[in-house]
Amino acid sequence: MIRTYLLLAWTWLRASAQYPGPMITMAIGSFTVNALDVAAIWVIFEHTRSLAGFGLAEVMFLYGTAGLSFALSDMLFGNVDRLSQHIKAGTFDTMLIRPVSAFVQMAVDRFGVHRLGRAAQATVVLAIALSRLDLPWSRVWMIPLMVLCGIVIFTAIFTLGGALQFLLTDAPEVANAFTYGGGTLTQYPLSVYGDELVRGVTFVVPLAFVNWQPGLFVLDRPDPIGLPYWFRFAGPLAALGLTAVAVLAWRAGIRRYRSTGS
Amino acid sequence: MRKSPQHPQEAVFLLYARIAGYGFRRHSAYRAAALAGAFTNTVFGVLRAYILIALWEARPGLGGYDITDAVTFCFLSQAFIGPMQVFGGGLELSGRVRTGNIAVDLLRPASLQLWSLADDLGRAAYLFLLRSLPPTAIGAALFGIIVPADPMTWISFTAGFALGVIVSFGWRYLVALSACWVVDDRGTQSLSLVMTFFFSGMVLPLHLFPGWLGALAEVLPWSAMVQVPADLYLGKRDVLDALGFQAAWAAALLALGALVTLAARRKVVIQGG
Repeated sequence: MIRTYLLLAWTWLRASAQYPGPMITMAIGSFTVNALDVAAIWVIFEHTRSLAGFGLAEVMFLYGTAGLSFALSDMLFGNVDRLSQHIKAGTFDTMLIRPVSAFVQMAVDRFGVHRLGRAAQATVVLAIALSRLDLPWSRVWMIPLMVLCGIVIFTAIFTLGGALQFLLTDAPEVANAFTYGGGTLTQYPLSVYGDELVRGVTFVVPLAFVNWQPGLFVLDRPDPIGLPYWFRFAGPLAALGLTAVAVLAWRAGIRRYRSTGS
Repeated sequence: MRKSPQHPQEAVFLLYARIAGYGFRRHSAYRAAALAGAFTNTVFGVLRAYILIALWEARPGLGGYDITDAVTFCFLSQAFIGPMQVFGGGLELSGRVRTGNIAVDLLRPASLQLWSLADDLGRAAYLFLLRSLPPTAIGAALFGIIVPADPMTWISFTAGFALGVIVSFGWRYLVALSACWVVDDRGTQSLSLVMTFFFSGMVLPLHLFPGWLGALAEVLPWSAMVQVPADLYLGKRDVLDALGFQAAWAAALLALGALVTLAARRKVVIQGG
């Protein structure tokens, strides 16, 4: 499966390299669009020294880790949220009769390096945040782990968003509320949001484990709503649980799928 | 039997009114997509509202807004995304340039620009119903927003909203026609997205932008799409001043669009086959 993914990704990359101009402008475009998020954070901190109890460097740290997870997940698997387009065009049927997993084909479809623009932007922000925070090594080890768990959680959400489109073929934008909404939600400390929303993204859609709970450990902060300390290490558990749900949903979607016949 | 118009002006008006009606009906075919858009706009509205509340709790009265003003601004700006087409596009024009169908459009005995404008107004009217009202209503239910009591505020807001749609059209028309000169217009589209998103007030109210950046943002055309209509709703701006600013940009962009249409007419090369 991984081999097929890499092979197809390489094929798409070679195809897009035939037109280097658009590839480069799109990478720069994606870098700039996401830099606007940072511009917003910068404008906010022109007016205040702390937002919901967190300083500029801490917000940039949370932004950078979530942004990196989201960008890598989006680059590798984000394409599954185009499912409704493929269903409507009838191209999903073509994928189903090929001897390769439809999920892999969907994920890798039109794979391009332009999506690296966002990952590059998040990495820059994270690097600046880390240079300002001066964290001890006894806490820094969590950062690669939380980015990895974040990738898995966002991928599961992208997959759920794709699976939802088996039902809502005419309204794929609903999925955006969860995928891109999740990406936006995790850019800020969750203490900004209401308690009910925080409990929702802890226990229902476990976005809190992307960067908030592990981030509290890295930054050595108490949990504002007083959840148990071990939640900070529960990222892998949440990621695995959500992945299992996503796999089941995707399979159920494929099983009940009927071609539009067009 | 339909009464035939007596005067040519009346015929022209009826033509564009009918095109606007068709634009409305064509978009009403995608009701599920519009409602899905409204749902997503609402979810993002809730997230942005919390961030603005946190900022205004730290700095009450910032930029001349109180917390309720800021929350109202947030949901209004989310409600503008559909009609003002903040994320760009909405016109079929650039696709028609790419396929060459623009040649047929230019042959029609009607102005390409006015035709597109009428069609876009129909689109905006439909999306106002499905993508503006739900986020505003849900925002009001969840957080409470300001509802102006003075009928004059409603009148000036309606005018500002309509002018905002026209400014947005004027800008998107220029972006779409750029496809006549650059082969791949994705670059111009994404540049337009960045400028519109940042300088309209979608990211944060423009009053918060510091120093020269704030002064610049207030006079650029994008502020006429989100910031100015929202301020008219909140009663935070001199009405004549605001409407004059929007009308000036609308006129300037439409005039520029007319010139670019003339140039495009000479530029278009019709590929045979």
